[in-house]
Amino acid sequence: MNIEILKLLETDSKMTVTDIAKMLGLDEAAVAADIKAMEEGKIICGYHTMIDWDKVAEEKVTALIEVKVTPQRGQGFDRIAERIYNFEEVNAVYLMAGAFDFTVILQGTSLKEVSRFVSEKLSTMEQIISTSTHFVLKKYKDHGIIFDVVKQDERLVIAP
Amino acid sequence: MRNPLSKTVVNIKPSGIRKFFDIVSEMPNAISLGVGEPDFDTPWHIREEGIYSLEKGRTFYTSNSGLLELREEICKWYKRKYNVDYDYRKEALLTVGGSEGIDIALRAMLDPGDEVIVPEPCYVSYVACVELAGGVPVSIPLKNENEFRLTKEELLAAVTDKTKVLILAFPSNPTGAIMTRKDLEPIADICKEKDIIVISDEIYSELTYGEEEHCTIGSLPDMKERTIIINGFSKAYAMTGWRLGYALAPALIAEQMTKIHQFAIMCAPTTSQYAAISAIKDGDKDIARMRESYDKRRHFLLATFKEMGLPCFEPKGAFYMFPCIKEFGLTSDEFATRLLEEEELAVVPGTAFGDCGEGFIRISYAYSIDELKEAMERLNNFIKRFRNK
Repeated sequence: MNIEILKLLETDSKMTVTDIAKMLGLDEAAVAADIKAMEEGKIICGYHTMIDWDKVAEEKVTALIEVKVTPQRGQGFDRIAERIYNFEEVNAVYLMAGAFDFTVILQGTSLKEVSRFVSEKLSTMEQIISTSTHFVLKKYKDHGIIFDVVKQDERLVIAP
Repeated sequence: MRNPLSKTVVNIKPSGIRKFFDIVSEMPNAISLGVGEPDFDTPWHIREEGIYSLEKGRTFYTSNSGLLELREEICKWYKRKYNVDYDYRKEALLTVGGSEGIDIALRAMLDPGDEVIVPEPCYVSYVACVELAGGVPVSIPLKNENEFRLTKEELLAAVTDKTKVLILAFPSNPTGAIMTRKDLEPIADICKEKDIIVISDEIYSELTYGEEEHCTIGSLPDMKERTIIINGFSKAYAMTGWRLGYALAPALIAEQMTKIHQFAIMCAPTTSQYAAISAIKDGDKDIARMRESYDKRRHFLLATFKEMGLPCFEPKGAFYMFPCIKEFGLTSDEFATRLLEEEELAVVPGTAFGDCGEGFIRISYAYSIDELKEAMERLNNFIKRFRNK
């Protein structure tokens, strides 16, 4: 495992093995082998693209749902989490410390679709005590990336 | 009408960078690797502190030497990082950038005819500041084969009865060279033996790569009393536009520097001083993050130069590479001019930093990897065309 490789890929998953090797002063073959091993070990779980869907005509709704549950004997929260995260429309599930148990992030095409999911699929599970649904109005920053800010190099072109 | 100008000022050579600046500014597609400042924004917590100080109406002068709290933090920081003790009440002074510190240190010490040893290639202001202060600059041409470090022999050969000051600037702009404690020890011995005061410009102190951390000559035995440390916030915290530097000097010298500062400047910018408190108290992680990023770019350029067969010693500091271009049979100026005309890539000729920079160019890596990649393609095209002729 090489943390430096992970740091680079985390900010730019398109970075080539050649560039990574150069930037870290490592051998290309070694970097390729490291990445392969980290993929197989599920340290690297996927390569995604940050998209600002607000700029795309297609309707998208993101909801953040706070869920309170009764943990199951012998299985704690994991079994319930599994029942939730297996739904395709569920984007993320986090176990939380604090006033509620799970944060569920959901992506749908309309408010209607999201509310139907909550009322029909989520709330009906017997371990779920309550849900509280919040809708995202605008994304400013996600995964460390600030949307909509184009940075110009404002430095003097040549300076001592 | 009489000639209104001072001979001293008129005789100062204008900076060799100006010409390139004018050409590049007219070329919309040019890529420049000619910038000597970080590409990062000032970390937000520092900017926020500056904004807060304005909201609070802290818009007045500070004391001449600068905010007491900031001076105290600076001295604590230097003690913690580089093991030198300066008294924040009498031996620390906030300046307008490191540049002012160099200027007033020289003016505080020089009488007409005093010689100042300036190892070159070096930052563009030293020679001019020495001349403005009435001193005589004595240059030492540093050598590529020594990785542009100053050696004992070179220093000894330059010392005369009139030598008063040595300007030591490591990590170096433009070469990226550093000097370790071991390299500094023989230099310190000569300074003590020959009674030379050192102005140690450590503005790039936080940007060193690899095993060796920066060492200040002021931390060597009996050197504090003859060392003036110049540093600042520009490079470490990406704060160039805030114009804030500082000088740490023995009380005897600091007092006279403060006098010049008091009459010429009054005090360093107040907003910048408040922001800098946040920088020095909470900025270690920012420095680490930026240093890591520079180091990756440094590796990237080193590997790319190797592929191109462009000879360059491994620089371990600042954010510059200083490759040798002698094989192309052009002067540094010609090389840089043609590179700009033919490939629209701007670099700074080594001669902008002293005559001994002939045969070298300075490449700054304060740029994103994507920009560096595009720039290296252009440089490679230029070099290949030349070699194929």
